[in-house]
Order: sequence, then C-alpha cells, then structure tokens
Amino acid sequence: MLTTATGNRAVAAAAKEARPGVVAAYPITPQTEIVEQIAAYVAEGSLEADYIPVESEHSAMAACIGASAAGARTFTATSSHGLLYMHEMLHWAAGARTPVVMANVNRALGPGWNIWAEHTDAFSQRDTGWLQVFVASIQEAYDATLMAFRIAEDERVLLPVMVNLDGFLLSHITQSLETVDVGDFIPPFSLPHAIDTTRPRGYGTLTPPETYYQFRWDMERSMRASREVIAETEAEFARRFGRVYGPTEDYRCEDADVVVVALGTLGKEAEVAVDRLRSEGVKAGSMRLRWFRPFPALDLSGREVVVIDRDYSFGFGGVIAHSIRSTTRAEPYSVIAGLGGQEVTYDDIAGFVRRREAGREDWFGVSD
Amino acid sequence: MNPLPSEEYVYKCTTACAGCTSSLSLRYVLKAAGPDTVLVVPACCTSVLQGVYPATAMNVTVYNIAFAAAAATASGMAAAFRRQGRPTNVICYAGDGGTVDIGIQSLSGAFERGTDFLYICYDNEAYGNTGMQRSGATPIGAVTTTTPAGKTDTKKDIDRIVAAHGLPYMATACAAYPQDLYAKVKKALSIPGPKFIHLLSPCPPGWRYPTERSVEVGRLAVKTGLWVLYERVHGELTINPVSKVAMKRPAPIEDYLRIQGRFRGISDEAKSALRAAMEQQHRRLLAEEAGSC
Ligand SMILES: Cc1ncc(C[n+]2csc(CCOP(=O)(O)OP(=O)(O)O)c2C)c(N)n1
Ligand code: SF4
Ligand SMILES: [Mg+2]
Repeated sequence: MLTTATGNRAVAAAAKEARPGVVAAYPITPQTEIVEQIAAYVAEGSLEADYIPVESEHSAMAACIGASAAGARTFTATSSHGLLYMHEMLHWAAGARTPVVMANVNRALGPGWNIWAEHTDAFSQRDTGWLQVFVASIQEAYDATLMAFRIAEDERVLLPVMVNLDGFLLSHITQSLETVDVGDFIPPFSLPHAIDTTRPRGYGTLTPPETYYQFRWDMERSMRASREVIAETEAEFARRFGRVYGPTEDYRCEDADVVVVALGTLGKEAEVAVDRLRSEGVKAGSMRLRWFRPFPALDLSGREVVVIDRDYSFGFGGVIAHSIRSTTRAEPYSVIAGLGGQEVTYDDIAGFVRRREAGREDWFGVSD
Repeated sequence: MNPLPSEEYVYKCTTACAGCTSSLSLRYVLKAAGPDTVLVVPACCTSVLQGVYPATAMNVTVYNIAFAAAAATASGMAAAFRRQGRPTNVICYAGDGGTVDIGIQSLSGAFERGTDFLYICYDNEAYGNTGMQRSGATPIGAVTTTTPAGKTDTKKDIDRIVAAHGLPYMATACAAYPQDLYAKVKKALSIPGPKFIHLLSPCPPGWRYPTERSVEVGRLAVKTGLWVLYERVHGELTINPVSKVAMKRPAPIEDYLRIQGRFRGISDEAKSALRAAMEQQHRRLLAEEAGSC
C-alpha cells in the first residue's frame, strides 16, 4: 500500500508487520515515536504482543534477551545514550545468540546534550557482535527492518541486528512509503536453543578458556555466514517486493575516478554532489555503505576515495576512513563532517571531492 | 513436619564452599518449584557454584545473565512464556548485591510492572563472588574487605523498599528453617504477579565462622530477633511463631555476634545501632500485625 510516513513510523509499521511477541523499550529522542507507535498498536489490538514499558534501556535489552530465549520474537528501539546504556546487554544478546531486532536512531552523545544525527553511538557498539545496517530513506528504513528479522533469525546467523537511521534527517521527515504484506517472507519464530524446561540446560554457565573461544569463533563464523544470508534475503526481498538492496548503494560508480563513501543520509546527499561534479567534468561516483557489520568487501581499486565520517574515534580517526584503509588498498581522503547534526550540503560534499588529498584528514568547518 | 520431596535439582557436585547455606537453600527452593522452572541468575556466587561448562550441577534450566539484569530478564521471559500459554515458573535467584545495590532499578521496575515471577534474594550480607566486599545489605559493624574497620552504615532495609511496591506476596526466610522456606516458596508460586522472598544466608568464609556452624548461626539470627521471619500476603502480615517468641524473649545479640569473626572488635556504638535498628523493626512489624500501623 502506498502511503506516507516518517522514518520512525515506517520502522514501527515494519516491526508490526513482523509480528513480534514481545517489545520492551524505553523512550529517547529522536526514537520515541517508534515505541509510542508500537504501544498504540498493542493498545488498539492491531499487534498481539506484550509491550513491556521497562524502566531503562539496560532492562529493555535484558527483557528482549529473556523473551527471545523463552521463544518469542522480540523488537526494541533506542538512540544515543539509550544505546550506550544497554552496551553490556548488547554483548550479552549477541553472545546468548538471541536474534533481537532493534532500530537505533543515530544521535550524538553528550556532553553537551545534542539530539541531532551522528553515528558515534552505533560505532561505539562495533564489537558487540551485532549486525548493523544503515539506511538512507524512509522506504529503506521500512524494508531493512523487515529484512532484519529474517536475517537475525536465520539458523546460520542467530545474531541480533541493529537498523540505523539518522536522527531527525530520517526519523522525523516524511516521505512516501510502500508497505508490503509480508506473507511468509519472515518464517515463524523458531530458536533452536530456546528454553525447554523438559530438557533442562544451563545457559551462560561459567565457561573456561578451552570452550569460551569456541563460542566466540562460532559467533564470528555466523557473522561471516551472515553475508550470504543477507545477500539471499535481499535477493528474495527484491523478487517478492521489487526493491533492490545490497551491501552498498552505488551511484554512477562504473566509470568513476573518484568515489565518495558515506553512510545514511550523507550517502544520499553525495549522489547530488556527484551529479554536480559530473556536470563540471569530474568523473565522480557515490558508494553509500549500507552494512557496517559485517563490513562488506568493497572494490575501490583504481579509484580515488573520499570518505565522509559522521563519527570520530578520538586519537585515531574517522571509523569508516580507517575501515576502508584496512580492508582495501585505498588511501582515502578523510573528511569528518556532520557531527552533532552539523549541516552538510551537496555543495559541501562536492567541495570535499575537489579538495581531496589522499591520506589527509580534514574536519569540515575547522580551519586550523 | 511434612517430608520434603525427594527429587534433587541441585546435585552434590556444586563448587560452593563447605557450609554454604545459599546453595543449601536453593535445594529447597527448587524442591518447592519443581522442574518446570527457569532460574534466572545474575552475577553472584550462584553463577559460579553451578559448575563449569559443559558440566552443570543443576537439574533445572538456569539462565545466567548480567549483574544488574535479573529482574528485567525475568520480565521478558515471563511475558514470552505466558503469551505461549506456558505456566513455567520464572525465579530470580540473586545475591544481596545484585538486589539491593546494582539490581535495585530493574527489580523495582519489574515489581512495578507486575511481572509474574518470584524474586529470591539470598542475603549473605556482602559481595561473595568477588571476595566479600561490603554491600548495601552488610550490617553495621561487620568487617568486609572494603570495610576493614567494620561497616559504618546500617543495612539497607530492602524489605520496606519492596513492601512499598505493594506486592501480592513477600516473605523473609532463613536457610536454617528449610521447611518454612519450602512452604513460602510454594505459597509464593501459587500467587500470580510479582513475589519476593528475602532469604538470610549465613556464609562461613564471609562471616568467618567454622563451616559446621551454619545452621546454628542462622538459628541465632532468628532467635536474637536480628532476623525476623514473616510473610505478607496481599498486605496481610503474619509473623512466624519462632520470631514472635524471639521478639518477646530474645536470645542475647552477643551470642550471634561472638561466633562470627566479622564482628570481632565491633564497637559499642555499632552494636547499639544494630540493636536500635532491630528494635525499631520489631515495633513496626508488631504494630502492622496488630493492624495499628
Ligand atoms: C556490572 C558488573 N559489575 C561488577 C561485577 C563483578 N561482580 C560479580 S558478582 C559481584 C558481587 C555479587 O554479590 P552478591 O550479589 O551479594 O552475590 P554473592 O556473590 O554474595 O552471592 C560483583 C561485584 C559484574 N559481574 N558486573
Ligand atoms: S562465599 Fe558464601 S555464599 Fe558464596 S559460595 Fe561460599 S559460602 Fe556460599
Ligand atoms: Mg552477597
């Protein structure tokens, strides 16, 4: 059905379509609308689920873990400080192999209080064992949320999935949205290690080094296998619903000499910059990174690369610039831009490309 | 006395210390709960005493979870089970640190939300897992590794905090009175909604007494009146007869303190504070039972 929605409403609608049994969540700007909407679905009876209004995000994730282990599909949503507050439980969810799906509305971290878009919240959870996808439109927020359930719950994966959307730039803007009737695209929830009290087992028991590393390796094996599951799921989604997704969204990259790599809305903005640059004779392209974990294999050979990071790892550099440097042969020009919702236009991005200098890092708007 | 069921859900191969009453109590808890039970265990001695993967000393499902998260995990679990029409008991078995300190937020949240579960705090009055540091439940005057000169603050009254949540069932118990504990767990599990049992669990290495005196220490805690056994069902308080007697004719506090190394050298002020807190609790409970509170 064609309609219009904000990013938050689109995520809530997708979560509803996936029919979770338990949703445990806590409000935080700019995510709140998602959980309010789900609470409303449950109250009006259009979603038959338990909505658990927990007292914190730590508890939101703990409740999702418990519910998932007990055999229920689970969903939650958060942002920024909420995501950080659940950090311990993010590791737990992945290690316990509970395929929780969560929307994270990307927002900067205090101090000072700032509610605008930034990716440092999600990247701080880089090593938790969660799959992470970043979207750039309302439609994609909806589609990625639907796919997240199928990917997370696939027996080859059984790891939680985080769907990231930029605060306000996506969460609060309205675009057209084509909703789907999900049918059997998402199979019924079935967790092979769900609690069965007729077969008592210890979960998360004291684990010595001889076995602990095997569990970690098993997580990594699943993370690696998730690449194939993601590809299959995206192909099946395209077959059923007609919209095509991949590890990146490439725009005019085929013959590009210089490629802009960015995530989320900056990646979309880069497409307009590419058109500008092309009209000036610069053979530019945009490669919007969708998946952050597992990090995709990117083919950037023979191109100059400009990476825009809406994040920063202090004392190190832009997370994406460094990820590209360590996974490809590229020596990118690294631009740190958009922190705390700093406005970055396509003109600015075109400027980054014009000023590119391999190996250099610049902070947009900082002159020293 | 009724014989307790012979089924064992805690095998003899736990790695608990000799004389550990929290693991002893767990036997009775599980005898009362039966096999259709999930024990949710945050970081504490109980996360260690189950044994080392892939072995386990436990013959019920145990779900280990992060230190602060037991009650919230139980909320999710209970919701999922009830949604599937499964009556499975969800029982948190948490230490005093995981209850009165780091876990108090998730505990309060789960109670307020009416989660259908039983939360048992086994109280060894310190952080046993990490080697006996003070907790909010350590009594005044007790030596722990972080209160080497004796704790200067009084024990946090978690029971009054819990009572303020208006639970349908809450009780105190003590490892030295297993029949009473068994009956209270049975009663608790027969009532829907959130339930709480606060279980005093003498701990030989932490309290510094010989392992064979655990039951005696527990009994003295009750007979001196320092630990009062009671239950509150839908707001109706009943004090156990043994505690009624102790309130009237208490054994001397010194009998309890003397056999525990943690109270060696306790100051007179700390001892008076201990006594004052006890007497105040007795007054409150008796007034409540008499219906005049
Ligand atoms: C977030 C976090 N902080 C600290 C610890 C370390 N830790 C594990 S158990 C424990 C103390 C547990 O004390 P209590 O709840 O009283 O249980 P007991 O060990 O006495 O059985 C501590 C401090 C932890 N596991 N997680
Ligand atoms: S330290 Fe105390 S509570 Fe912990 S296992 Fe030993 S006796 Fe039991
Ligand atoms: Mg303790």
